[in-house]
Amino acid sequence: MSKIPAAVVGIGQTHHRAKREDVSMAGLCREAMDRALEDAGLTLDEVDAIVIGKAPDLFEGVMMPELYLAEALGAAGKPLLRVHTAGSVGGSTAIVASSLVQAGVHKKVLTVAFEKQSESNAMWALSVPIPFVMPVHAGAGGYFAPHVRSYIRRANAPSHIGAIVAAKDRNNALKNPYAHLHNEGTTVESVLASQMLWDPIHYDETCPSSDGACAMVIAAEDVARTYEAPAWIHGTVMRSEPTSAAERDQVNPQAGREAAAALWRATGITDPAREIDCAEIYVPFAWFEPMWLENLGFAAEGTGWKLTEAGETALDGSLPVNMSGGVLSSNPIGASGMLRFAEAALQVRGRAGEHQVDGARRALGHAYGGGSQFFAMWVVGSEPPSN
Amino acid sequence: MRDVAVVGFAQRQMKDFDGSPSMAELLVPILAECYEQTGWTKKDIGFWCSGSSDYLAGRSFSFVSAIDAIGVLPPVNESHVEMDAAWALYEAWIKIQTGEVDTALVFGFGKASAGVLRRTLSMQLDPYTMTPLWPDTVSLAALQARLGLDAGLWDEAALAEVVNRSLTDAEKNEYAVRAGGSSVSELLARPMFADPLRKHDCAPVTDGAAAIVLAAGDRARDVRERPAWISGIAHSSDGLHLGTRDLTVSGSAERAAAAVGGTAGVQVAELHAPFSHQELVLRSALGLGGDVQVSPSGGALAANPMFSAGAIRIGEAAKRIWDGSADKVLGHATSGPALQQNLVCVMEAEENGRAK
Amino acid sequence: MTVAFDYTRSTGPVLGRFFTGLRDATVVGGRLSDGRVAVPPPEYDPISHQAVTEFVELPDTGTVTSWTWVSEPVAGQPFDRPFAYALITIDGADVPWLHAVDVASPDEIETGMKVRARWAEERTGSVTDLVFEGDSVGLDTPSPSGSGGSTSAETLVETNTVEDVTRIVTPVSLDYHYAASPEESSFFRGLAEGRILGQRCPKCQKVYVPPRGACPTDGVPTAEEIELSHVGTVTTFCVVNVPFLGQKIKPPYVSAYVLLDGADIALQHLILDIPADEVRMGMRVKAVWRPRDEWVTSIENISHFAPTDEPDADFDSYKHHL
Repeated sequence: MSKIPAAVVGIGQTHHRAKREDVSMAGLCREAMDRALEDAGLTLDEVDAIVIGKAPDLFEGVMMPELYLAEALGAAGKPLLRVHTAGSVGGSTAIVASSLVQAGVHKKVLTVAFEKQSESNAMWALSVPIPFVMPVHAGAGGYFAPHVRSYIRRANAPSHIGAIVAAKDRNNALKNPYAHLHNEGTTVESVLASQMLWDPIHYDETCPSSDGACAMVIAAEDVARTYEAPAWIHGTVMRSEPTSAAERDQVNPQAGREAAAALWRATGITDPAREIDCAEIYVPFAWFEPMWLENLGFAAEGTGWKLTEAGETALDGSLPVNMSGGVLSSNPIGASGMLRFAEAALQVRGRAGEHQVDGARRALGHAYGGGSQFFAMWVVGSEPPSN
Repeated sequence: MRDVAVVGFAQRQMKDFDGSPSMAELLVPILAECYEQTGWTKKDIGFWCSGSSDYLAGRSFSFVSAIDAIGVLPPVNESHVEMDAAWALYEAWIKIQTGEVDTALVFGFGKASAGVLRRTLSMQLDPYTMTPLWPDTVSLAALQARLGLDAGLWDEAALAEVVNRSLTDAEKNEYAVRAGGSSVSELLARPMFADPLRKHDCAPVTDGAAAIVLAAGDRARDVRERPAWISGIAHSSDGLHLGTRDLTVSGSAERAAAAVGGTAGVQVAELHAPFSHQELVLRSALGLGGDVQVSPSGGALAANPMFSAGAIRIGEAAKRIWDGSADKVLGHATSGPALQQNLVCVMEAEENGRAK
Repeated sequence: MTVAFDYTRSTGPVLGRFFTGLRDATVVGGRLSDGRVAVPPPEYDPISHQAVTEFVELPDTGTVTSWTWVSEPVAGQPFDRPFAYALITIDGADVPWLHAVDVASPDEIETGMKVRARWAEERTGSVTDLVFEGDSVGLDTPSPSGSGGSTSAETLVETNTVEDVTRIVTPVSLDYHYAASPEESSFFRGLAEGRILGQRCPKCQKVYVPPRGACPTDGVPTAEEIELSHVGTVTTFCVVNVPFLGQKIKPPYVSAYVLLDGADIALQHLILDIPADEVRMGMRVKAVWRPRDEWVTSIENISHFAPTDEPDADFDSYKHHL
């Protein structure tokens, strides 16, 4: 049996900020949900099921917050699922929501992902000392910085590549009214001049900590065909591997490589760099752009940085990456993956506003989480899937 | 819909698991048991999905190291819900329905004894208006129980009867952490714990883990003579707030039962009722008559490992199909305070008995 | 192990209105689209799903619609002695509110009983600003705040002069008993004896340190014990310059992956006795132990790793460990 084609017919997100002190958690989610529903021309009562995702519960200090949120989110009376796959969760949540439609169980599913990081302190929540483990961790930056160093060494990359990515993404964010950071005048030089936090990672090469939410309405083919510009889901994939294992490649993880290969296979793409019009990739630390370009098969191993350096990943390049400003400009962790998926959908719907890539017909949304070990991706297109 | 069946099930339940919160060392033998039952290796599993909670473990990303128990190199197609593994099973069933995979292994685990469970679960409540008062889950269930008592929907003897039957049945369940029936009068003579509930009305704090194997079509037929074919699976949620819903009924359980086409013909129902009165609420919501055998495993009053107890109900029910003692069974799972979310999984011996 | 944090929650307009009321010793309900009045007001109407915008000031008296007796209170609850939780329908409201009632025994509470709020003298705008007690008690004893139960216009005028409550702080502290797997335990016992013990996976033959309850590649416990060298190679590292809450080591410091000779996986640890900017990938290092009388079953028995005088390891010798 084959999947029922599904498409994104509504997209909404919050204005992401360091602290959204004007809203509660429910208010934050509803801001994104109400925009997505308005976009889709639907009411909450018309939605069949709700799939919610967020990163660790310790961030907000609520165990399974979807339980208390059920009523405010309009999920009382409906099936409600809560996904948690670490940083990739926003992507996995969208994939689970899609599968409810593709399986033929529901026609219209609303999916929402959020994080209200200002309720606590992410560095704390990620570094709760575990007895018996050497307390050298320093949040996500401390975790990923050694692997960035490994990449630089392995690829023989010049030391300013991260700064190119950071300057590009921060400037893209200026075109995105929802982005958290609107740092005018970010340049490669200004990034390199910022404080070295977790050497080799500079302050401006890191993502902010944001409050925010993202929501999408995913509909079955017959419903989606009534919409002017649905973003058709051409393929989805999830892959996981361990945090640490003997000789595990932490720079170019096997799970990411295999996920990408499976995704290209499923969507009939043989040359992703040519066939994908733009990509929204989960890049929380600037150096991950070249690392993921290689991991995804857009560039051969050791050469991803050359695409970045040549400006190919800029908004006017051959493969625009992180048109929205990316995770480097907005990072409500639990929602970050869904924001990537949603930006890909916005692009193929031609609704990305000032950060629209002309004629984008096929786009990649990508998320990863844990210690570069959980991957979730989708390809969306302006035309229904042919396979 | 594709024909999908439960073909493997393994569990461990205990009072106090002396090991790591990720429970990898408990999951390893459980997965091994699943392989033994199916004759498969991990390469035969198309999709993995687990259910667990960071707050139970006391750290972020507690599920991350649990996947080591699978052996995840080469990488696997995998997902996780912050819910009971019964909902992981639902996600896996959906995945099989999309046609992407033919098989799935779901598991859940939780070390409830690492903290004070009834206090930890206060973290599930409205963080603005409820958690600051730290209402424990036993108290919330007790408020629900009294509403039914006051309304004349049940009496204390009815609760004691549920307990007595459960603990008597539990004597035959090697995984029960509480077992031993007595009599309604003896149970009623015991002291109150959270008036109107006595300790035996409340599920014991239990550590544990469980795994269930799903397979579609011929993959299922290859494994078992009598696979437990899922003829309907659905779930629904109510609001959490105790004021705006009627706690003496379960709208979400009713909706889930309706979504699977009702429960007519069900011979055995394994209900996830962590408090004795909740079994009565569920029987009525699910439309189970007096002729339905309820929770022959002893149910949640005998052992209630958080995040796997719901899936265990599905596994226990499936076993009745496998062994030929029933032709149509129901497994039920609940999540959240006072039966907020409910999932129903109806399984049948006959493939063409499918409701849909 | 204690997981503790004071969460700062922004309330949004609806809960803000409710908490501002509590701060001013007034119970505020919300009117739902079906006409019912709910306390606390839900942020969004359960039927129309619209934000609740109509508020009703209510008396601070009500009726018990259900109750239970907390015979063994847990930390954080309103009383550290036995007390009652109850669903209380505030006079003028239709939907009950979960709160605590201060009575001495379960014999002193029953469904249908009238209760009244007892307000704290110092109120912050939180559900902990009050508890309930039998109404007869309240009638005889004026509340300490003096404004308890008042819904008079005078009170409202007076309280409108201070700022509304827009956030609450919720301390969360949970104690967990943390245990190690048997494989981890052997590692820590070794450390207490000044030894670094790894184990070999029976399937892939890789040597894991610390040993694992499940080899992440094969899903079986590591087994055969291997005593490892105290010398190894820095595969990669970062210099932590950033301070953060709960940090145990003062920055800047070098957090490195050290691949001990004989192991197939690197261990994360500190590098000291060398300026941070001179640490290199491939650098050979040795464990520096704390004085023997300070040893416990902890990785912190190894104070840090320090450079040896060996030449750096060749990149090819450790590049597959990155």
